[in-house]
Amino acid sequence: MADTGEATAAADGTPRRDFLNLVTASFVGLGVGAIAWPFVNSMQPARDVLALASTDAELGAIQAGQAVTVMWRGKPVFIRHRTAKDIEEARAVPMSDLKDPATDQSRVQKDQWLVMIGICTHLGCIPLGQKPTDNKGQYDGWFCPCHGSAYDTSGRIRVGPAPRNLDIPPYAFTSDTKIRIG
Amino acid sequence: MASGLHNSDIPNPVLRWIDQRMPVFTMMQKEYGSFPTPRNFNYFWNFGALAMVNLMIMIATGIFLAMHYTPHTSMAFDSVERIMRDVNFGWLLRYVHANGASMFFIVVYIHIWRGLYYGSYKAPRELLWILGVVIFLLMMATAFMGYVLPWGQMSFWGATVITNLFSAFPVVGEWIVQLLWGGFSVDNPTLNRFFALHYLLPFVIVGVVFLHVVALHITGSNNPLGVEPKGPQDTLPFHPYYTAKDSFGLVIYFIVFAVLVFFAPNYLGHPDNYIPADPLVTPAHIVPEWYFLPFYAILRAVPDKLGGVLLMFGSIAVLFVLPWLDGSPVRSMRFRPIARIAFLLWTVAFFVLLWCGGKPAEEPYVTISRFATAYYFAYFLVILPLLARLEKPLPLPESIARAVLGGGPLPAGAAAKPMEKA
Repeated sequence: MADTGEATAAADGTPRRDFLNLVTASFVGLGVGAIAWPFVNSMQPARDVLALASTDAELGAIQAGQAVTVMWRGKPVFIRHRTAKDIEEARAVPMSDLKDPATDQSRVQKDQWLVMIGICTHLGCIPLGQKPTDNKGQYDGWFCPCHGSAYDTSGRIRVGPAPRNLDIPPYAFTSDTKIRIG
Repeated sequence: MASGLHNSDIPNPVLRWIDQRMPVFTMMQKEYGSFPTPRNFNYFWNFGALAMVNLMIMIATGIFLAMHYTPHTSMAFDSVERIMRDVNFGWLLRYVHANGASMFFIVVYIHIWRGLYYGSYKAPRELLWILGVVIFLLMMATAFMGYVLPWGQMSFWGATVITNLFSAFPVVGEWIVQLLWGGFSVDNPTLNRFFALHYLLPFVIVGVVFLHVVALHITGSNNPLGVEPKGPQDTLPFHPYYTAKDSFGLVIYFIVFAVLVFFAPNYLGHPDNYIPADPLVTPAHIVPEWYFLPFYAILRAVPDKLGGVLLMFGSIAVLFVLPWLDGSPVRSMRFRPIARIAFLLWTVAFFVLLWCGGKPAEEPYVTISRFATAYYFAYFLVILPLLARLEKPLPLPESIARAVLGGGPLPAGAAAKPMEKA
């Protein structure tokens, strides 16, 4: 066995042992990687979790000025039936007053229906403002009690530590009074 | 050893810095690099390394399965089915884990057989052997509790039968059984504690395996001749000789494992375990997993409850005292013509018991089990002690190198001449 080392060294001077070590290590690396993938992937959402990735919501019973919260992917989604006053307030704000500038039109599909993920973009608390008795903050929208972020009637951040407006989930109107989120 | 930095000769400066403060690289080099290993290993010496790899596979797949499993009687079965259908690669994790248990027992049975055939249990390796038997017992407990977790019919009734074994003991029996159950039957508290222990015991096994390896590296390995290495001409450095040989064995092992997992994943299982547990209906024919069948056959061979239980536990307990039952100084059966035949017959008895354990408890299987059980014990308790006195062993080779290489004595150190990169 010992005679196969230096004697069969490749033309560039690489000994056969180095070559064998590299090939072995590469194959072990490939194998471990291939085996690791199913383990890592098993931690991603399972198919039954993905099957719950869309939620239908019925809007017909929600009166102007009321709001409901529905669950989508384990998160609250705020649906507010805005009054004419809410919409007017939201559209009157100059872009220069906004921390995360976005027009109200860009945040809704139908003017009276505001659909947002109800999670403060600061650190994930759920802002108040869905119930009539809640503190809606000084901009008539939502107020996060954790660290004092206030959102306006378009769900845009106006004051406080949150960096972004409340996120808009993907959704579509399946009829005049129904939406499918996700 | 004096305190202060370790005098390291690792060339890489970063690794040397670590090695001076914590000489793990020096230790690895000593124990797995240059470790002098008998030069005449055959492929039976692969199975310790294979068992180590198998243990790691079981722990890895087990941890990931536990992320999806629910140890509750009303949800356990469904959570296992969810792993099979919904969890990404859940089918793979579960089939590797379930068949991994079978592979583990195949590997360990061959490993134990190797020890019995080549006399690896004899002085000075008695403690090494005893630690191995402890690992085997822990494995059996772990495998049994793991089989309960899917909460199918075989899980439930297997758990019921095996825990009831302890009721055979006088006075404390009932108390022990209630302690195991956490109630008055196998139920949710039982499932919960079995899950907790099934997660714990593999790590205990890792600890005892570590001690097993420590003990091994003190005495050094036995070898097919059973003759201790007398010098460097009888040994080879562990790396690359046995890392390479073990790697080859590992590839074969993975092929067998893959055939089971991908082509016959339920071959070694029992279809009744795909029926959810029902405490009101016992399946017509309940059997443990195949690897427990020999011991199950011993249990059933005895027409007395306590006697059967004692004999079953005794069939493993006898291994603990084996180093003192077999007084022959000759290790390898190659040089023990009579003991060799007696041991091969013992192997046949083991397989006969395995076969009978899977059959219904009726004739002729009961009678066959009784003969096989009698021989199983007779080999350890009568034949080996007698042969130690009566048998005339064949002449042992002068040394490993002499036997392996033939011819005259080698120049000292020739075989251990380091290769250009070793």
